[in-house]
Amino acid sequence: MSRQLMLGNEALARGAYEACVRFASSYPGTPSTEITEYLSRYEPVKTEWAPNEKTAVESAIGASIAGARALSAMKHVGLNVAADPLFTASYTGVNGGLVICVADDPGMHSSQNEQDSRHYARASKTLMLEPSDSEECRLFVKKAFELSEIYDTPVLLRLTTRVAHSRSLAQTRPREELPLKLYKKDPGKYIMMPAMARVRHGIVEERITKLISLANDCDLNLIENNNRSVGIMASGICYQYAKEALGDSVSYLKLGMVYPLPDGLIKEFCSLVDVCYVLEELDPYIEEHCKNLGINNIIGKEKFSLLGEYNSKIVRTVVLGKESEETDDNSSLNDLPGRPPMLCPGCPHRNIFESIKVAIPDIIVTGDIGCYTLAALPPIGMLDTCVCMGASVGMAHGILKVDPGRAGKVVAVLGDSTFIHSGITGLINAVYNDSPITVVILDNSTTGMTGHQDNPATGRNLKGDPAVKLDLKKLCRSVGVRRVVIADPYDKSFGEIVKSELEALEPSVVIAQRPCVLLKSKNR
Amino acid sequence: MTSILIAGVGGQGTLLASRILGNVALKKGFDVKVSEVHGMSQRGGSVLTYVRFSETEVFSPIIDEGGADILLAFEELEAARAVNYLKKGGLAIVSAQRINPLPVTTGVAEYPENSLEIIRSKSAEVVSVDALGIAKEAGNVKTVNVALIGVLASSVDVGITKEEWLDTLTETIPERLLEVNLKAFELGYDHKNYKKL
Repeated sequence: MSRQLMLGNEALARGAYEACVRFASSYPGTPSTEITEYLSRYEPVKTEWAPNEKTAVESAIGASIAGARALSAMKHVGLNVAADPLFTASYTGVNGGLVICVADDPGMHSSQNEQDSRHYARASKTLMLEPSDSEECRLFVKKAFELSEIYDTPVLLRLTTRVAHSRSLAQTRPREELPLKLYKKDPGKYIMMPAMARVRHGIVEERITKLISLANDCDLNLIENNNRSVGIMASGICYQYAKEALGDSVSYLKLGMVYPLPDGLIKEFCSLVDVCYVLEELDPYIEEHCKNLGINNIIGKEKFSLLGEYNSKIVRTVVLGKESEETDDNSSLNDLPGRPPMLCPGCPHRNIFESIKVAIPDIIVTGDIGCYTLAALPPIGMLDTCVCMGASVGMAHGILKVDPGRAGKVVAVLGDSTFIHSGITGLINAVYNDSPITVVILDNSTTGMTGHQDNPATGRNLKGDPAVKLDLKKLCRSVGVRRVVIADPYDKSFGEIVKSELEALEPSVVIAQRPCVLLKSKNR
Repeated sequence: MTSILIAGVGGQGTLLASRILGNVALKKGFDVKVSEVHGMSQRGGSVLTYVRFSETEVFSPIIDEGGADILLAFEELEAARAVNYLKKGGLAIVSAQRINPLPVTTGVAEYPENSLEIIRSKSAEVVSVDALGIAKEAGNVKTVNVALIGVLASSVDVGITKEEWLDTLTETIPERLLEVNLKAFELGYDHKNYKKL
């Protein structure tokens, strides 16, 4: 078979297809989005965008229990949303293999935090694999489906931006045709109420013991014996950085399985080498495990940062002690004017913020996750907060509860896809708990920031076929909002419309409708 | 090992350039890695894309500071900003285009007039070329990326023949856009003879 230059996400989709995945449900999120987009190109795979990650994972669990291999993909913060089903699916186990792909974003190229998803594998007592290039993405997802079925557990597949969004050579194989597994009613396994869950928890702990033996003795975790004065323990992209920097001059323990960790293999490796550097971006996850095993010849976060991405230069500098040989004076480059990202020319979001600024100068704007977060930057500078998907609505409510004097001066702003994802629950809360918030839904008929995915309000599904179109106005009315206005973002008096809604002193929604400018040029 | 850093502004078509470079290296039987950035920074911000290929195995998909053989820049300011990635004596191919960043349009900063001098001061060789003019002459402003690939192909030996570049373009670019792109490549390839119309 010929090798192709594939994005990590593309190779992962290819591997899942080859492993006979039948169903995938996801919510878009950089850097995970293309996994599901590439999967949707394979005819036999049913692929969907879900309103949020929790719904996506629940759908995948259902498909798994019905006997199919199923997958869900999300960015790191998406796993927070899907954590609820994950933790109990760990107890129920699977029928068809269940793989949850989670893409971390060290360096925060397009994220609001730098969380390390490896902690979720340990906390949910499941299993986590971490590939380091595109071919491994393809191979590891196949392995993940196998292990999921053998050990009766959901399997997490962790990526980082530089694996998900790098292209490297990957092979292709035909799809393996597997029959749908038989579904058998099994309340002890699938109904997690206390009596059954107590039994299942014991099974989960036994499973971890079995997985540790597997970890010690499988080809996912490998020792490369070279010079034994220095050892490098690494997984994912950090392994590639180390190989680039140090080649065959040091020994390696490459970890393809990052939960559970191979205790025996780790002890063996650390006893072989004089000193072992644990190379891991973000948290000292592997390092702390080594310390708990009583290993004391390891070097980790005392030399490597907890923040941001690594690269081969950082590895070279720390391990070889070469304090950046060519310390060029680059200070002149710091004086260059920056080029922050910005809202596109003609973006309908722009006038919304500009006209609110003019109409209500002392307003608090609780913001949300999407292109419109860029309205926080100068010259618009109109956001007060940005925390997580849907947070704008809940936060506006909280502000008004403790500071009722601000009534008429607090507005929540979020996109159509974000509102459906988790803003709607905040709106129900605001109505139920009686706060006079105004919510502006920036309805640009797409999920813009992640590259224009459809959502329930666009009237199209992931495959591009017509779908029932969620009516945002009716939705808002149905939860008890009496004042719902549809307005044009290009309207010069947009700010005045928001102002009059705020002055009504009851829950209200302004739906700002105009398609994303990029969407128009894409369709032209 | 050949490391090419592509610097530009989100929306300028740098991703296609990286794909062409990746594909031509693949065609040669080299090992290749390309690293891209998607998402927020694409919205008109500075964008760096890394392309690395070699007859031996390529490990890291990204280029460290001081590690690029070639800087392929779609914009002058972005060329200057990325020059610290270039090796001493490396080659900078710079499109003579200027796109004002937000601090300049809002009057907080001025566009640096000395971008090319900054690059030269890092002892890099500079090829400045009117890639936008070439793309217009070819018939489509969006062919700037392929025009710059043409400049690269004739300016530096990365072990790839002109025929191999042309074959790769033919395989990578959709047929309806191929003719205009091949013209942009040729004009870029002969950029030393290019005179603005």
